[in-house]
Amino acid sequence: MAKYLLLKHYRGAPAAVNDVPMDQWTPEEISAHMQYMNDFAERLEKSGEYVDGQALAPEGSWVRYGGEGRPPVTDGPFAETKDLIAGWTIIDVDSHERALELAAELSAAPGAGGRPIHEWLEVRPVMSAHCTVTE
Amino acid sequence: MDEALLRSLTPSVLTVLVRRGADFAAAEDAVQDALVEALRVWPADPPRDAKGWLVTVAWRKFLDATRAETARRRREDRFEEEPAPGPAPTVDDTLQLYFLCAHPSLTPSSAVALTLRAVGGLTTRQIAQAYLVPEATMAQRISRAKRTVSGVRLDRAGDVATVLRVLYLVFNEGYSGDVDLAAEAIRLTRQLTAVIDHPEAAGLLALMLLHHARRAARTAPDGSLVPLAEQDRGRWDTRLIAEGVEILQAALARDRLGEYQAQAAIAALHADAPRAEETDWVQIVEWYDELVRLTDSPVVRLNRAVAVAEADGPRAGLSALAELDAALPRHTAVAAYLHERDGDLKTAARLYAEAAHKAPNLAERDHLTRQAARLNTHLHH
Repeated sequence: MAKYLLLKHYRGAPAAVNDVPMDQWTPEEISAHMQYMNDFAERLEKSGEYVDGQALAPEGSWVRYGGEGRPPVTDGPFAETKDLIAGWTIIDVDSHERALELAAELSAAPGAGGRPIHEWLEVRPVMSAHCTVTE
Repeated sequence: MDEALLRSLTPSVLTVLVRRGADFAAAEDAVQDALVEALRVWPADPPRDAKGWLVTVAWRKFLDATRAETARRRREDRFEEEPAPGPAPTVDDTLQLYFLCAHPSLTPSSAVALTLRAVGGLTTRQIAQAYLVPEATMAQRISRAKRTVSGVRLDRAGDVATVLRVLYLVFNEGYSGDVDLAAEAIRLTRQLTAVIDHPEAAGLLALMLLHHARRAARTAPDGSLVPLAEQDRGRWDTRLIAEGVEILQAALARDRLGEYQAQAAIAALHADAPRAEETDWVQIVEWYDELVRLTDSPVVRLNRAVAVAEADGPRAGLSALAELDAALPRHTAVAAYLHERDGDLKTAARLYAEAAHKAPNLAERDHLTRQAARLNTHLHH
């Protein structure tokens, strides 16, 4: 009964074992990959472990306050060097081991050649607002 | 409309259906349908015998559903399946339901969800809100749990320890949304102690009451955590404390000690001190020794180290701490506190910051960050 955020990175994570850019896969390989991801989410919904999940567009911007009466400052020309998140899933599971198990399963999604991508996923515990009663 | 009455009747109505031979999942659906009908009909036409009304309506709903299902199956494969007759009742209705909902084949989160739904009578939406997950997710969790136990017969007394563990989990989950899980856990544990004569069930109820009594004092108006020693004891609920102590004493007199009774004894000793300085730490250490003997839990050893420091000084506490695995949750926070007590503010500040980084929830993280900031402000001036 703890929530975890599973993060898929475009950039910022170590390279996957089967590291071939998606645009060099066959259309069938891409379909198989998408099907795997959808099946995964659907299975989590059925097991009662699903909380939320979304895919994200690759364009991301860093933004900060620009000062009184001035436009926000964005990160401009260095976009290609920063970490980017491809998508996220929040799960609610009985143990940390289960969270790792599910992340590993997600990492086994088929990629180029129909073989698992073995991509790295980041698993982050979601902090709860309240604490247990034991003092 | 008395919602509390409806909720308190749910488990026994459910058990009547199961005893008459209804499958658990089907019985649960039928009871929910009956509750919905009660909410609709009762305001204008309240029944004289609420439970009898619910049993009648739920049984009718169950038969309707079974007939529809049977007719469908007959059409599909010309096969009729009547529900098998249930076993004769051996234990109290509600108690059987507790054991079913805490069945070992269920994961802890499923057991908790099923208990809140079937025994507690909460709606799926309420349970989902309390656990901050989508309603669909909780609905799946509950229906999976129902499927898991659907073949289980209510003919054997289960493991009381498992039932108590589930209730303890509910209590520890705190509260959010419109359902106060701590209050719900207390209500259910009260029900349990009414149908079961078990010192540990009483011990758990006492423990919950004694902790719950301090709830108002545990957080500041801004939501930040107030440690036990700094709590305004005038805001503790003396009525709950008195009740908890009384229940605990009766349980201890049975001379069948268990971990909940021992934990409740520690909570009672804290509750008993008019001021933090007057806490009987020597006796608390003795109870922690009992708890270590009963559970051999590293977390208990960690708490014991704090009690040892209060009883025999921070050095004694630090050497008790040194024997424990540093990777234990809250180990760093305890080390920080003991170093501060020992006068080593620099080490304490560093450890508080480290502990904040590892804290499992926001309230604790904020509290530990403030502790580090407090010492750092002190050190830099």
